[in-house]
Amino acid sequence: MSQTRSIAVTVNGRTYEKTVETRRTLVDFLRVDLGLTGTHIGCEHGACGACTVRVEGEAVRSCLMLAVQANGKSIVTVEGLAQGNALNPLQQAFWEKNGLQCGFCTPGMLMTISEFLEEVPSPTEEEVREALSGNVCRCTGYQAIVDAVLQVAAQARAEKEAV
Amino acid sequence: MKPSPFTYHDPQSVAETAAILSEVEDCRLLAGGQSLMPMMNFRFVQPSNLVDLNGVRELAFVREDAGRIAFGAMTRQRTLERSAGLRESCPIIPLALSHVGHRQTRARGTIGGSLCHFDPSAELCNLAALHEAELVLARRGGERALPFAEFGVGYLTTAVEPDEFLREVRFRRWPQGHGYAFEEFAMRHGDFAICAISCLVTLAPSGAVDDIAIAVSGVGAVPFRLGEAEASARGERPGHDLYRALATAASKVEAMSDSYVSAGYRQHLARILTYRAVKSAVENAGMRAAA
Repeated sequence: MSQTRSIAVTVNGRTYEKTVETRRTLVDFLRVDLGLTGTHIGCEHGACGACTVRVEGEAVRSCLMLAVQANGKSIVTVEGLAQGNALNPLQQAFWEKNGLQCGFCTPGMLMTISEFLEEVPSPTEEEVREALSGNVCRCTGYQAIVDAVLQVAAQARAEKEAV
Repeated sequence: MKPSPFTYHDPQSVAETAAILSEVEDCRLLAGGQSLMPMMNFRFVQPSNLVDLNGVRELAFVREDAGRIAFGAMTRQRTLERSAGLRESCPIIPLALSHVGHRQTRARGTIGGSLCHFDPSAELCNLAALHEAELVLARRGGERALPFAEFGVGYLTTAVEPDEFLREVRFRRWPQGHGYAFEEFAMRHGDFAICAISCLVTLAPSGAVDDIAIAVSGVGAVPFRLGEAEASARGERPGHDLYRALATAASKVEAMSDSYVSAGYRQHLARILTYRAVKSAVENAGMRAAA
């Protein structure tokens, strides 16, 4: 009933307890209150996808959620992908295929695709492009990003078949 | 930009929501937030009170019976999209949802939020017109059910009163094996539709059209049905002549015009997409009936 709230949010496995303004968006909470600046703010109205994070496993736009709505929830941001200095396979594929130039859209791309590949492990190029429709990139023309996604999917398939 | 300050309410039940709405003024209801949050970030909307429905679990459900399918207002679009039951009983829902925004927005977006925002190009508003939806509005001490035609008042405007909220949406259920199609034109995947046409059809054993529904959205301020054309199609044999007659009827509807798209272009799209939608629905009705 007030304009501030105490919340507890688990981000990348660590639980943070903070008092926030109820109007605080989730992306500002992550960046400003927690210092997790890997998640980027692009348009702040749900059009660009740069702020995509995973809440309870689902890829969502963190500029369109309030921090108070994340109370008690588990979130993964781009900082949660790598193991120490070792990139995860998706990040590695972006690196190898030049899937980023300026890098601004990359955190949102990675979080969207990480969810997508769990649901559709062997996507077609068309499915990849549709999954990426909510993430805007102004540098790459998308081709290198699509290549990276298809490469990591092919690798995962090959590893599965080898087992 | 960021939202201006508001008092945040997070009711956990329908009764609690109704009680809050009966007491507060200058209030907005937050469903999935995929339209309201941008409007608040831009400060187009600056409510003093925000009532967040995301904790009201009794508002998220899908229930099917013989005559209809009922959805709780807070049922997520992704839940509907993934539902194996709906894929069987009402396959146009997952088909139409593939045009709604992007996977990240459908993860949060709800059927009730979309209907209450009432964007003229919204796919779920189109489907509500198509299925002769009944909308149950709750308030403290009672509720009322409105047919879709009375729910939608005008551009972005519904009949929901300030102390009311949408509790449930009921769609007419079509027989198993009915034909369906959803044809949309937008500039890019996930963009607002410039025109969308949906069609449901059942065929008699003779092959003639038994029942048919066609809904048009993105063209007028509210989605609507091609009622007269539907009536004239019942009992007719499907084929090029019938599709063309329905397409011609669709091209004569009153259309909106804006700085990007002329009324004439919308009417042109309505004609083309109606032809395609009816043809496709008839063809898959035949296949599904044969299967």
